[in-house]
Amino acid sequence: MHGLLFDLAHLLAGMMLVISFMLLYQRAMFGVLNTFALHAMVLAAAVACQALLQDAPHLYITAGIAFAFKGLFIPLALHRIVQRLEIHRSVETVIGVGPTMLAGVGLVALAVLVVLPVTARSAPLAAEDLAFALSVILLGLLMMITRRNAVTQVVGFMSLENGLILAAAGVKGMPLVVEISVAFSVLIAFIVFGVFLFRIRERFDTLDVHYLENFRGERR
Amino acid sequence: MNDPGAIALSAVLGVPVAAAAVLALPLGYRLGARLNTLAALLTFLAAVALIGARPAPGPYLQVDDFSLYLVVLTTFVGFTTAVFSASYIDHELDVGNLTPVYVRFYHAMYQVLIFAMALALTANNIGLMWVAIEVATLTTVLMVGIYRTHEAIEAAWKYFILGSVGIALALFGTILVYFAAQPTVGEGTDAMAWTTLVARAGDFDPAVLNLAFVFLLLGYGTKVGLAPLHAWLPDAHAEGPTPISAVLSGLLLNVALYAVLRFKMLLAANGEAFAPGPLMVTMGLSSLLFAAFMLYRRRDIKRFFAYSSIEHMGIIAFAFGMGGPLANFAGLLHMTMHSLTKSAIFFAVGHIAQVKGTQKIADIGGLTASHPLLGWGLVLGVVAIAGMPPLGIFMSEFLVVSSTFAREPLLALPLVAGLLVGVGALVLRVQALAFGAPRGGMAPTRASYAPLFAHLGLVAVAGLYLPAPLVAWFRHVAGLLG
Amino acid sequence: MSADLAVQAAQMALVLLLAPALTGLVRKTKARLTRRRGAPVVQPYRDLLRLLRKEAVLAANASWLFRVTPYLVFAAVWVAAALVPTFAIGLLLGPAADVIAIVALLGSARFFLALAGLDVGTSFGGIGSSREMMIASLAEPAMLMIVFTLSLLAGTTSLASIADFILGHDVGLRVSLGLALAGLVMVALAENARIPVDNPATHLELTMVHEAMVLEYSGRHLALIEAAAAVKLLLYLSLLACLFVPWGMAGPGAGAAAYALGLAGYVGKLAVGGVLLALVETGIAKMRVFRVSEFLGGALLLGLLGTLLLFVSRSF
Repeated sequence: MHGLLFDLAHLLAGMMLVISFMLLYQRAMFGVLNTFALHAMVLAAAVACQALLQDAPHLYITAGIAFAFKGLFIPLALHRIVQRLEIHRSVETVIGVGPTMLAGVGLVALAVLVVLPVTARSAPLAAEDLAFALSVILLGLLMMITRRNAVTQVVGFMSLENGLILAAAGVKGMPLVVEISVAFSVLIAFIVFGVFLFRIRERFDTLDVHYLENFRGERR
Repeated sequence: MNDPGAIALSAVLGVPVAAAAVLALPLGYRLGARLNTLAALLTFLAAVALIGARPAPGPYLQVDDFSLYLVVLTTFVGFTTAVFSASYIDHELDVGNLTPVYVRFYHAMYQVLIFAMALALTANNIGLMWVAIEVATLTTVLMVGIYRTHEAIEAAWKYFILGSVGIALALFGTILVYFAAQPTVGEGTDAMAWTTLVARAGDFDPAVLNLAFVFLLLGYGTKVGLAPLHAWLPDAHAEGPTPISAVLSGLLLNVALYAVLRFKMLLAANGEAFAPGPLMVTMGLSSLLFAAFMLYRRRDIKRFFAYSSIEHMGIIAFAFGMGGPLANFAGLLHMTMHSLTKSAIFFAVGHIAQVKGTQKIADIGGLTASHPLLGWGLVLGVVAIAGMPPLGIFMSEFLVVSSTFAREPLLALPLVAGLLVGVGALVLRVQALAFGAPRGGMAPTRASYAPLFAHLGLVAVAGLYLPAPLVAWFRHVAGLLG
Repeated sequence: MSADLAVQAAQMALVLLLAPALTGLVRKTKARLTRRRGAPVVQPYRDLLRLLRKEAVLAANASWLFRVTPYLVFAAVWVAAALVPTFAIGLLLGPAADVIAIVALLGSARFFLALAGLDVGTSFGGIGSSREMMIASLAEPAMLMIVFTLSLLAGTTSLASIADFILGHDVGLRVSLGLALAGLVMVALAENARIPVDNPATHLELTMVHEAMVLEYSGRHLALIEAAAAVKLLLYLSLLACLFVPWGMAGPGAGAAAYALGLAGYVGKLAVGGVLLALVETGIAKMRVFRVSEFLGGALLLGLLGTLLLFVSRSF
């Protein structure tokens, strides 16, 4: 049973990596939001597995936050924002989907090659979990870089956070995981809902950051 | 809780939080500004009290020499900036750039920022330090965008994206440090307590520590503004309210560098880990040279001084990268002097921009004729930041250069070249700004000159005479830094 | 020796006999899911028999290739399906049951079918062939990457050995297996001309891929091609069952009871697979043709990831 649970946690981490790729692949805004909801739910499942494995009840809270806040609340709220503000429904990318996916594979290779030799002496599956987490982080970073629209950039950042929470939960016995996930959630809540999207919407017709760049201060 | 140290520490942390809660209420501008200043003063006094009585290190909080000196500096500059902010925001309200609701928000966020910085400095738990720096990032992002113009929102968004990427990488580095510590120290909060970590660092896996430090340097280094991770800095300084520019330059950059240095100390405690010195030296030197050359092309006054901040953080990183007692001493002194001088300059610049109604250098001129106090204050500040003797920065720069000459003479060449290039740009601009025929708005201004001249006074005194306890203190901390 | 021969022959007959039933099951389930009664499950048998009795009409300019292709395709697919272990491992032709050999057999069948689509010179045949080739150019590398993933894990490309490996060693829920499963499902959907890649029940020529290539066939030729398509579906489902859920298969040289058990398990797996396929086809919509390349690129990516992960560390 213990072995199966290990494998399950590991498999869920691998699924998060695949869903990160699916995030890069999406062309429609609602597809991005739904895929992100799935990402968060798989994270919740993975963290719950880790909670069972490590016998760490505080991780259940983290899993609950991931499920409720990032799996349900934020995608729903972003759905409503996209509808109300009539944001462009298609995802504008800087480079095409194909080259982005190739870059993603390159980043995964990089992450695996960086983490595995370094953590070779540790517990067997911990190293692979860390490699998966770093891959998810780097793919989130890639998504932030290759998207023009502010909403998809925020989704990229949130998937990066999910990778970090996966890493924090995967390392055995790390304290403060709940506090860290709450801190991240607060950051996102403030940024996304409190202030920015409405302020940006007031000033521009589109959230396309490309238009924002016309006001690059460097030229002044 | 009879321990006076514990009381002082809880005051340093508790007063800003309470003040933030109070300042969020609709109090009216004058009362809010006064409360803001009062809270900052109380926090500063509590920090000074900490010098006398230090609490015992706990699992979450600890105060040692390194953090204590920075806490005192931070709360002091926080207080003087609050004084400056009162008159600055007064003008902004009059002109209509800010509404009363936003001013309440601004004051509350200001106090939360002070709290977050104090928490980051006194945190023993590396996770808690990360959370505090993240909260500080969040508050500054919100305040940079407070004017809600196109440029402000772009600057805040850029800051948010780059800052968040930075703290995400820093978190991964923190997790890796825990990962390295956990086999030896065991699970739980112990393996994240800095005091435990630095004591047991010799037993950690050096490869994991190396990887962790790279992530931490990249992550926190973004918040320090080291090139090539500096892209958010000029915009954030230019578009936010000037008190925030002062706090960013003077304080937040220091706090981020403090975090990097804590982990550098950790790495130094492990014999087999790689020496982070050369990496920091490279980043520092490239920041210095890059910023020094960029200074010539800047047309906006706040952006100009933002690049100057990048330049000086580069020098500080260079000094700490060199290592050794003399260079570390120079780095610590430079951190202090730069904090005081840069915030003083921003105090002057804030009022200048308000009076002239523009931030473009080309539209400002003849300050010493139209507004003598402001003009000469600016001149003095620029002279200080350029490193002219006998002001404080000259002393620290001289120490850095001489220790570099002694240890790595080849590196001293680009260092001195960068410094001179920076000085040239500063002299050129200050001539245009301060002397010649007056340009721009001529209205008299109700500026607060006290913070400006208080800082410059301290810097001038420090250049001539450093009190012996302070020197001993710096020496001790320089020794700790390895 | 003769017993082995008998068992192997039984497998060959089994695949052929079960294939139309599988197709019937999928159609019936799809009908039920869309609130229709649907044709009975044995309807495909009746269709095949009816087609066999009808006259095969050929176009005036059809070449020998056009006449020979149905037999070639049927033979290739039948042999390939007979090689995949269904209810037992270690049959007579077991050593020849190499995954790459199966891929090659299917590839040659597709090659001839595409040529036949072009042979008569109609435009729809051309559309079908070109689309089929586009899909193949992506599906085959994806299939091979998935094969590599599995072979890296088991250390061999022989199907029987892979199944043995997964049954025997404590393989557990590996990430690479999960990635290979997802990739193989995507490739199977593409190769069998199922939604989301191609709609097997469409009447609109412009949306056809597989059907467009065989538009000109009639009579016994069409019967052979339809049978081949059914057997291909059975092959892919057996492949998925053999590689990912091999439990229940009889070992080499086991008794009749074990064979019976294996047979029952196999039929059950096929039924489950058929129902799942029907669910997937009813649940999602057909993709636009130029999106198929991204879909298969995704399958290729999954295979690539699985291979990469296994390449770096065997514990993935």
